[in-house]
Amino acid sequence: MPEILSYDFMRLALLAALLVGAVAPLVGIFLVQRRLSLIGDGVGHVALAGVAIGILLDGQPIITALIAAVLAGVAVEVIRARGRTSGDIALAVMFYGGIAAGVVIINRVEGGQSSNLTGYLFGAITTTSPGDLVVFAVLSAVIVAVTVVLRQRLFLAAGDEEYARASGLPVMALNITLSVLTAVTVVVSMRVVGLLLISALMIVPNAAAQQVARSFRSATLWAVLFGVLSSVGGVVISFYADTAAGGTIVLLAIALFLVVAAVGALVAALTARRHRIAERHPHEHGPGCGHEAVPHGDHVDYLHGGHRHAPHGAHYDEHADPTTYSPTDSTTDPTTDTGTSDPADHEQVTR
Amino acid sequence: MLVTTAAASAGTTASTPAVQLDHASFGYAGRPFTEGVTLTIPKGEVVALLGPNGSGKSTLVRGLLGLTDHVAGRVEVLGTPLAGLTDRSRIGYVPQRHTLSASVRSTVREVIATGQLAGRPWWRRPTAQDRATVVQAAETVGLADRLDTDVATLSGGQQRRVLIARALASRPEVLIMDEPTAGVDAANQDVLAAVLRRLAGLGVTMLVVTHELAALRGIVDRIIEMDAGQVSFDGTPSQYAEHRATVSRAADAGHGDHHPYDHGYDQHDDDSGLLSGAGPMDGPVEEVTP
Repeated sequence: MPEILSYDFMRLALLAALLVGAVAPLVGIFLVQRRLSLIGDGVGHVALAGVAIGILLDGQPIITALIAAVLAGVAVEVIRARGRTSGDIALAVMFYGGIAAGVVIINRVEGGQSSNLTGYLFGAITTTSPGDLVVFAVLSAVIVAVTVVLRQRLFLAAGDEEYARASGLPVMALNITLSVLTAVTVVVSMRVVGLLLISALMIVPNAAAQQVARSFRSATLWAVLFGVLSSVGGVVISFYADTAAGGTIVLLAIALFLVVAAVGALVAALTARRHRIAERHPHEHGPGCGHEAVPHGDHVDYLHGGHRHAPHGAHYDEHADPTTYSPTDSTTDPTTDTGTSDPADHEQVTR
Repeated sequence: MLVTTAAASAGTTASTPAVQLDHASFGYAGRPFTEGVTLTIPKGEVVALLGPNGSGKSTLVRGLLGLTDHVAGRVEVLGTPLAGLTDRSRIGYVPQRHTLSASVRSTVREVIATGQLAGRPWWRRPTAQDRATVVQAAETVGLADRLDTDVATLSGGQQRRVLIARALASRPEVLIMDEPTAGVDAANQDVLAAVLRRLAGLGVTMLVVTHELAALRGIVDRIIEMDAGQVSFDGTPSQYAEHRATVSRAADAGHGDHHPYDHGYDQHDDDSGLLSGAGPMDGPVEEVTP
């Protein structure tokens, strides 16, 4: 057994990191989609006030933090929905009021040198108790269940709010659901990465995932993978390098993002050299457009005036393989099986 | 069949109009922005809704979609009062802009599939039939070969077709489109026109807000023009061409005379006609036999 697993507190820490690493990006992708990347930070600020009240009452800081964070999350949505320009300032007042009250109360109760305060602000993963872990596991299960079941609805409400509303979906309820999910994630993550670093774990793995994914589904899975790699990897590194776990996790997530982005840029540069874009192309290829469609690997080429045109984003690529067809069949004899094509389309030949 | 056609529903509800407005007003925060609009759109009709910016045409269609407040009057969609229309998936909406957030990756298939969400309870997964409908919707708009392409990489016109497919995925009975051809290059405009023509051929009721009548020639059965929150013209495309000619003559002569296609109000007749004739997009309309 490796040394790291021989300590009880490290086993608990690794399990907590695993939960947080998987859950935070799962919620974070919708925040990225709504361009609310920093909202988790604000909710974290308010959660500190909840922690402080828990310490003041000598009770469970996790429960009071959860209550404070959920209230803040709902308030964020209500303020945003009212759409006033002063809403931005209202959010700032709430967030900074929360963290200031938290700091004042905790210092008052525990004295100026409170290690508890630092633990909540920057994470204290090795102090995770078995009881904490059970609470985190239950909350994580709730987050996973809700995001999986409501995935498409949250995706639509975050991506195109107006259409979601027009099609009759309860957009406000979905937005509040996302806000509450954010709040729960904040509370689950606060012992691991700390309230000031939570947003990073929700957002940075998603930033990396966006570099490699091609669909929302795969982006979600990649983000969870990057999140788990960062959080578990960060705890392992911090154990051997004797560094702060929360900061190490976030730095590792950022390093992963930079590596993925660099590799992505390299791959894009390499493929661009083998990538020829068809010249001025005023015709739109599609099923029934009149040009012969040729399946080519994972896509369809269209025979167009002696060229093979492959749709690539908004343009067409030249996929040269001129021996496999006769150049006359594409433009002079358009298939007329459907009524979709305009005769004018066929006059446009790109040479 | 991808959409519920007029013919398919003829058996039971042939006489029910798709949209019926009786002195209806829509607006924001309880304040009306359109004034007492009265019109009936039968099933299967393709209507172009014209008018200058601020004429109330967007307020009107957004009102039908529940996005602006229904302030006064009677509004029925598919025979149901607007407030009681629980199944909003019966109205398909194609928004004006590509309003989708481009901040995360999503494929054409994923976006089209969201059109079906409102039509089923939150706990239910899409069926094989639902997934087939998504593919069918993509075929209808000519994007079946790009189902797994990232939407953000598509051109503006292609994205517009994705939004049409998304609206079709819920098998709507009425399609409401906001400026489907605006800001789209010529090749894509041709494809869009072909898509709309195909939908019209299937008997889909369409209400198209547009500035570009020329792009829709041969598809539109009826033209409604709005100005200052009221209907200023309602008739066939050929009548509209006459209407425009009359307005231009009136403008040349420096005075207006009444023409038979205006109804509902008199006092603003001349002014509104002159104003609305000034738009560069209000080109001549081809004669069409209905």
